[in-house]
Amino acid sequence: MLRSRHTVPLLILTLIIGGAMVLVAVFIDWIPAVGSKQAERVDTLFLFVGIVSIAIFTLVTVVVVYCGWRFRVSEDDDTDGPPIHGNTKLEIVWTVVPAILLAIMAVWAYLVLSDNEALANDRLVIDVTAQQFAWQFVNPEAGAASADMRVPAGRQVQLKMRSKDVIHDFYVKEFRVKQDIVPGITTSLVFNPTRVGTYQVVCAELCGVGHGTMRARVIVMEPAAYQQWVTQTKADVAQQQAAQQQNQGQGGGASTAPSTTAPAPAPATP
Amino acid sequence: MATHAPTHSAPGGGHVHHVDPRPLSYWWKRAAVWTVGSILFAFAFVWLLRNFFQNTPTWDPQVYNAVAASFGAIGFLIGIGCFVWWWGWIRGRTVDAEDHSMHGATSWRDYFKVNTDHKVIGVQYLVTVFTFFVIGGIFAELVRTELAQPGQAIGDGETYNGLFSVHATLMIFLFVIPAFAGLANFVLPIMIGAKDMAFPRLNALSIWMLIPGGLMLAVSPAFGSFSAGWTAYTPLATQGGTGQTLFEVGIQFAGASSILTAINFLVTIFTMRAPGMTVWRMPLLVWANATTSALVVFGTPFIAGSQFMTLFDRVMGTNFFDPAGGGDVIMYQHVFWFYSHPAVYIMMLPGFGIVSEVIATHARKPIFGYRALAFSTVAIAVLGFGVWAHHMFVSGMAPWLRVPMMITTIIIAIPTGIKVFSWLGTLWEGKIHLRTPMLFAMGFIVTFSIGGLSGVMLGTIPVDIQVTDTYFVVAHIHYVFLGGSVFTIFAGIYHWFPKMTGRMYNETLGRWSFWLLFIGFNLTFMPMHWLGLQGMPRRVATYDDRFADMNMFISAASGIMTIAVIIFFYNMINSWVRGPKAPWNPWRGRTLEWLVSSPPSLFNFEATPQVVGGPYQYGVPGARHAVVFAPEEIGGELTETEKRTILVIANETVSSSTLIDEIRHRADEGLWRFTIAVPVGDGDQRAADRRLQVTLSVLAEAGVDASGTVVAGDPFAAARRVIDEEDVHELMVATYPTGRSGWMADDMVDRLRKATGLGVTRVVVRPDEARAPLPHAGVTRTAVIVDEAIGNGRLVDALRERADRGPVATVLLYPMALEGPGWTDEAEELRGAASERVREALDRLQDAGFQARGEVLDGDAAEAARVARTAHDAQAILVVATRGGPLGSDEALARITAAAGSLPVERIVVEAPTAPAGG
Repeated sequence: MLRSRHTVPLLILTLIIGGAMVLVAVFIDWIPAVGSKQAERVDTLFLFVGIVSIAIFTLVTVVVVYCGWRFRVSEDDDTDGPPIHGNTKLEIVWTVVPAILLAIMAVWAYLVLSDNEALANDRLVIDVTAQQFAWQFVNPEAGAASADMRVPAGRQVQLKMRSKDVIHDFYVKEFRVKQDIVPGITTSLVFNPTRVGTYQVVCAELCGVGHGTMRARVIVMEPAAYQQWVTQTKADVAQQQAAQQQNQGQGGGASTAPSTTAPAPAPATP
Repeated sequence: MATHAPTHSAPGGGHVHHVDPRPLSYWWKRAAVWTVGSILFAFAFVWLLRNFFQNTPTWDPQVYNAVAASFGAIGFLIGIGCFVWWWGWIRGRTVDAEDHSMHGATSWRDYFKVNTDHKVIGVQYLVTVFTFFVIGGIFAELVRTELAQPGQAIGDGETYNGLFSVHATLMIFLFVIPAFAGLANFVLPIMIGAKDMAFPRLNALSIWMLIPGGLMLAVSPAFGSFSAGWTAYTPLATQGGTGQTLFEVGIQFAGASSILTAINFLVTIFTMRAPGMTVWRMPLLVWANATTSALVVFGTPFIAGSQFMTLFDRVMGTNFFDPAGGGDVIMYQHVFWFYSHPAVYIMMLPGFGIVSEVIATHARKPIFGYRALAFSTVAIAVLGFGVWAHHMFVSGMAPWLRVPMMITTIIIAIPTGIKVFSWLGTLWEGKIHLRTPMLFAMGFIVTFSIGGLSGVMLGTIPVDIQVTDTYFVVAHIHYVFLGGSVFTIFAGIYHWFPKMTGRMYNETLGRWSFWLLFIGFNLTFMPMHWLGLQGMPRRVATYDDRFADMNMFISAASGIMTIAVIIFFYNMINSWVRGPKAPWNPWRGRTLEWLVSSPPSLFNFEATPQVVGGPYQYGVPGARHAVVFAPEEIGGELTETEKRTILVIANETVSSSTLIDEIRHRADEGLWRFTIAVPVGDGDQRAADRRLQVTLSVLAEAGVDASGTVVAGDPFAAARRVIDEEDVHELMVATYPTGRSGWMADDMVDRLRKATGLGVTRVVVRPDEARAPLPHAGVTRTAVIVDEAIGNGRLVDALRERADRGPVATVLLYPMALEGPGWTDEAEELRGAASERVREALDRLQDAGFQARGEVLDGDAAEAARVARTAHDAQAILVVATRGGPLGSDEALARITAAAGSLPVERIVVEAPTAPAGG
């Protein structure tokens, strides 16, 4: 059927529509900056899925537009089209080809997922507590809680996250990671930051009035700077605790309120 | 597969359509009193209970609100009159099951009352849901107004959360789902050749339930709207106020309405299809709605349950979803999505059905791959139950569950792809009329493809983790629901507008509405993919400044859609009031709804239509989908002079009154002639011939055009023989009940259906019916009075001789002149022996092809003759006497003749039996 007079116009139309799609895909900056190993893997997969999608969309649109243009008849045309009820070969093709593409996607996605979530032994584990409408990060190495999270570049970070009230969601677009924080359980999130910079943590699960403003920062530092910050914070905490004990004497509880350290000067966002 | 539309008493003719006389104001006053009364009662009731049990505090608003909302809605339904008929029935009032007093509309007022006519209900649905569409649309524009600039513009964050929650809930539960129910309500019963839905009163209850449910959702902003999103995730939803309560109660009514309608559709589709409407002749809209209804029946109870549990957590102190009390937050999401993912298909499959109808009709081509489309519908529905957790890849559920759910999710892309490609195949080389419904259908293919492809992206877990809960998902669902479902709803509305209103819409305005909507839609939602990838989370009133320009652009573009919708409403309302009159079949469609008037008559069809072929036989010379009969005064052009053959296959059951009545019933439709084939395996061919003669004689007497043949061999041989000779359109197979039938044991009905590719109607005949003598004209009812000759093979011979002169139906009378009292054991024994002999004789007669029944009489031959005349209404008496026996004498014959009155009496004398007779 396609060996007929339709071939050339269809090809031209494919070039026009497909070309337009490619231009849109290439010249608009769809993909945000990359800040983690996870992001690199996800972007490659996204590229593949995107190319397949553009190809299929182009095919569908070309046929619809061509049919609407080429097979259109006037209102007083009372004839019927040819009584074609199907074509088994064609139907098998358009079942099997998508099936193969989807199988590739599924396997690829599975591999990316397991790579992205593989735990490293030297990972830095940070406790995250979310509540309406604030974040709190406790870095065990520094022994202090803070409203921003500081991590060294090049080392895997695992977040252990708890919620005090409703569901929240930890989302950093440059890392391509996202994980709900659910009251009653501890959820986990892994990322390998690769680039020094300050990134925005967004709450991505509707959590009430302040949902839109529930933000925090992840500050990815050079390992040396990070070490310096850890040492400094430890000292600060020790100092504070000593001061507190002196102030309170032997008064009541020994509970030490986690202190919030002032954020160190952050490197510029890439 | 019984495929019979139920016969309503025909309108017109002798039956007068009785209309309920009570005016509109009566019902609405009643509704107001009941609603207000129920709400007041609810408050008093809860107050009393709380006082009695000393619950503190006495005033806990959500408890009162929940009970008042439920009672108020039920009170409204009672007041408006949904339960009048059932209430009468419960109280034992005489109610007529065929009460049509609330059926049909004669003025606009009837549309505002409870009505049992599926067409009126369809219109009620559509008007209701488009009202909610306007409200939901206003909320959408408020959302876009808020989002036009990065800062807070309208109210506070809570206001905004309410805006998008109400928008989504109204659009999903009060527009898309019931809009499909409304469209199908109008056209589906007509498409399958039925006069109404299976349960018209339940149907009325469904639409009226939707109204209080929808109102609760729509008015909730006045009470502090629900603001946890349409997904109402706990524990956030648990923090909500009155609005959340109204949401939880309102959803119950919308959901119950949906379930009742689904059950109604299933029963209608399974039991009320017109003769000949086999499943492979059903239009794809019918397939789609059958499948969707199954999804609704299985799925909707889950959302009802999830909202009940949330409500109980809030007002009753249960801890289903509260981790502090041992509840599980993620369990809510599982229960919720177990409904709400199938709900995506509930909102999509009927649209697929509509698009199939529209494309085939306006492209003038048969559907490409009809069966593939039907199967893929079912496949999507089945798979749709196994994908729910793909909404929860980042929810913190069991991690292993993600990969299986990803696989099932992207497998769904295959049947969906089959659908899209099959529509393209249908368009290819068609004669495409680019009318408004077709534009919407073709636009749908393009936009829905984008939604489907972004769905595959979201199905792959790593990509989903990146873009879920961002504007990418907002773009995706709007490409699926607006570019998908809503475009198909608009296609359906334009396509069936002439049928529903009897008037044509304005084509120019229709095209404007399409192009503006199509362009505005893509300009609004395409950029949202970018926003999502760039990390703008959904459900936020304020956002980073870097998204400001794009959001301003989107808000402006959404205005184009508003203009398109205003044009649409103007076109609809104006055309409904003063559009030009629509012909019956403006698009030259093939399905049944185009073969009735526009709008259809009170009960759609004057006579049950006959389905004789597939629904999309465009371009096939001489093909027809169905034949519809119409009386002369309304056209009558749909009748056809050429009669089509129904092949009847039956052996021992051929002369049963069940089969003959069925044939006569079908013949009444005036369309059919019948060829009766009697396959005889190794049986008695003459017996078969004798039975066939009886049947043909009865049918000839009744004016039915029928011929018959006895074929040596099995039913296949019979079918093949006849199909070779004539153009057979349908098979009718008569068998004994399944347990008794050799043919059914061989699966004959299904095998015949497969072998011939024709629709098969099975007629079940009980064995006693098969051998009972026929009461019809055309056979001579002959009473056979017999003595000892009953055990003689000559009895059959004698009857054969008689039967050669014309078909007979036999009543065997065996008079037993007992000496002495009739109550002794000895007499009983004699009677038992006599009965046994009669039974044996009847068996022999049946084997020989006679319909016979028999009885033993206390009395003499004259008594038997009297009984024959009075009780059996015999037309002739045959005396079979043994030579030298009690009936052999002239004296006995004289007595019989005297008792027989005017009936002709004949006597055959046979030799006394020398040995027990064989068969």
